[in-house]
Amino acid sequence: MKLLYFAWLRAKIGTAEETVELPADVSTVGHLLEWLKGRGPRFADALQDASVVRVAVNQDYVPSDHPVRPGDEVALFPPVTGG
Amino acid sequence: MIRVQREDFDVGAEIARLAEGRHEIGGIVSFVGVVRDAAGADRIGAMTLEHYPGMTEKKLGEIEAEARQRWKLEALLIIHRFGRLEPGERIVLVVTAAAHRQAAFEACEFLVDWLKTKAPFWKLEETSAGPRWVDAHSGDDVAAKRWVAQ
Repeated sequence: MKLLYFAWLRAKIGTAEETVELPADVSTVGHLLEWLKGRGPRFADALQDASVVRVAVNQDYVPSDHPVRPGDEVALFPPVTGG
Repeated sequence: MIRVQREDFDVGAEIARLAEGRHEIGGIVSFVGVVRDAAGADRIGAMTLEHYPGMTEKKLGEIEAEARQRWKLEALLIIHRFGRLEPGERIVLVVTAAAHRQAAFEACEFLVDWLKTKAPFWKLEETSAGPRWVDAHSGDDVAAKRWVAQ
């Protein structure tokens, strides 16, 4: 799975993009966020407040119960501030 | 039409190009977003707009389609810039053209409200107190939600 991070999530996690092998029990966005939090202090810090983390799967906004699959492009970012 | 670009744009030239030969158009509305030099008590030296290439174009395209479905528009243009911008520089241009002004006014406001809450852009300000990511404004959500229950 391809993971992308933007804005302060990218800065806190320390990378913009990575490819990960998903454990078999990670099947939803919610599971994915929990699993990511366990990957180290940078992830735990960046993802501690789920209310300010938005998730897009294959470039569409999705809720936490949305399924994730190995070939997906999943992006994590804060609420948007364009315009 | 959607454009996401680093370069500046010429508002007059863009509007002229949009309306050229389109004599069914009776009104053109434009919105230009510009970088301010202050955020609360802090001075802003510049801001950097980051975006999610691919998803940005996809979301702006969806917002365009939604506006065209709701209003009878003859032409529509959204240009959103990214990269480092200083106070006074243009960030975004939204132009709507219709046979009558009401559709053009409403659609333009709708587009600006929705791109502020849906398009994946983030602003990093260089302030007198150091760099700072801009927080989303709850007022933007309120503005966007006006369009939902109609």
